[in-house]
Amino acid sequence: MGILEGKKILITGVLTEASIAFSVAKLAQEQGAEVILSSFGRMLPITTKISERLPKTAPVIELDATSQDDLDALSGRIKQHFDSIDGIVHAIAFAPQTALGGNFLETPWSDVSTAVEVSAYSLKSITVAAKPVLNNPSSIVGLTFDATVSWPVYDWMGVAKAAFESTSRYLARYLGKDGIRVNLISAGPLRTTAAKGIPGFATMEELWTDRAPLGWDLTNTETAARGIIALLSDWFPATTGEMIHVDGGMHSTGA
Amino acid sequence: MALSQEEVLVGLAAIVTDETGIATEAIQLDKSFTDDLDIDSISMMTIVVNAEDKFDVKIPDEEVKNLLTVGDAVNYITKAQG
Repeated sequence: MGILEGKKILITGVLTEASIAFSVAKLAQEQGAEVILSSFGRMLPITTKISERLPKTAPVIELDATSQDDLDALSGRIKQHFDSIDGIVHAIAFAPQTALGGNFLETPWSDVSTAVEVSAYSLKSITVAAKPVLNNPSSIVGLTFDATVSWPVYDWMGVAKAAFESTSRYLARYLGKDGIRVNLISAGPLRTTAAKGIPGFATMEELWTDRAPLGWDLTNTETAARGIIALLSDWFPATTGEMIHVDGGMHSTGA
Repeated sequence: MALSQEEVLVGLAAIVTDETGIATEAIQLDKSFTDDLDIDSISMMTIVVNAEDKFDVKIPDEEVKNLLTVGDAVNYITKAQG
């Protein structure tokens, strides 16, 4: 019996088989969960095709985290498949190209605000939108790239992730009374579609492969996914507002 | 049975036309996906996923950036069929 037996999970951010969220969906199914995926716009047909490559094809619902109409419809769309859910995986982020790659001092607020809305505020908006169908207990898990320090080229996405990490702690504060846990996995760099959009990403890859005590496989999304599965399960029942590093131990080293 | 290069081109052109509306006859081996056909990254992903299903091959993400022209994609798919 798997550790997610009987659970129903909404998973955002599945785009290709290299997506961390794809690995989460696959493992979740293997661990006994039923999953529903979300996607939007021109990516919706891609997610729908990729869903067919899961052990069991999952339904895909439309969710643009910046669309109030989609957020208003979210609980209803989930209910078309499940009466209620036990967890949400937040695996979406976006920053315009001007906000990444060493352009930090020149990025206009309009582009920064897009990054913060899609990558940070969406954790609040999706969680609150789904709250009518979230069970007590349930688990929200997000993906971050440790934003307690600055990184080369990550720029305003790093700032957005800092806001994301803080948002998770406030959600944990406000939703604890409803039995909703909110936690993050801070993964090392992985060669996903999201990563490919970051100019100069290779600089960070080398840091990890050189310094992480356990080493780091840039192409293995299952390591981060396993952490997410654990946080979705009943095995972290008293943990919320936490950020767990799945980074080969890189965060623990000074040099 | 593995398809010939010509057959892969015909099949791939149909996928590109479905995604972009570009006339099939404009989709030639020497055409660049970005410079000549003006295909953006999301359309390219859609084309790759559909091509994987149609030709029963895997085109890894790290390989996609090497497929600059239609000919590159046709060659890759033809070889990947085994």
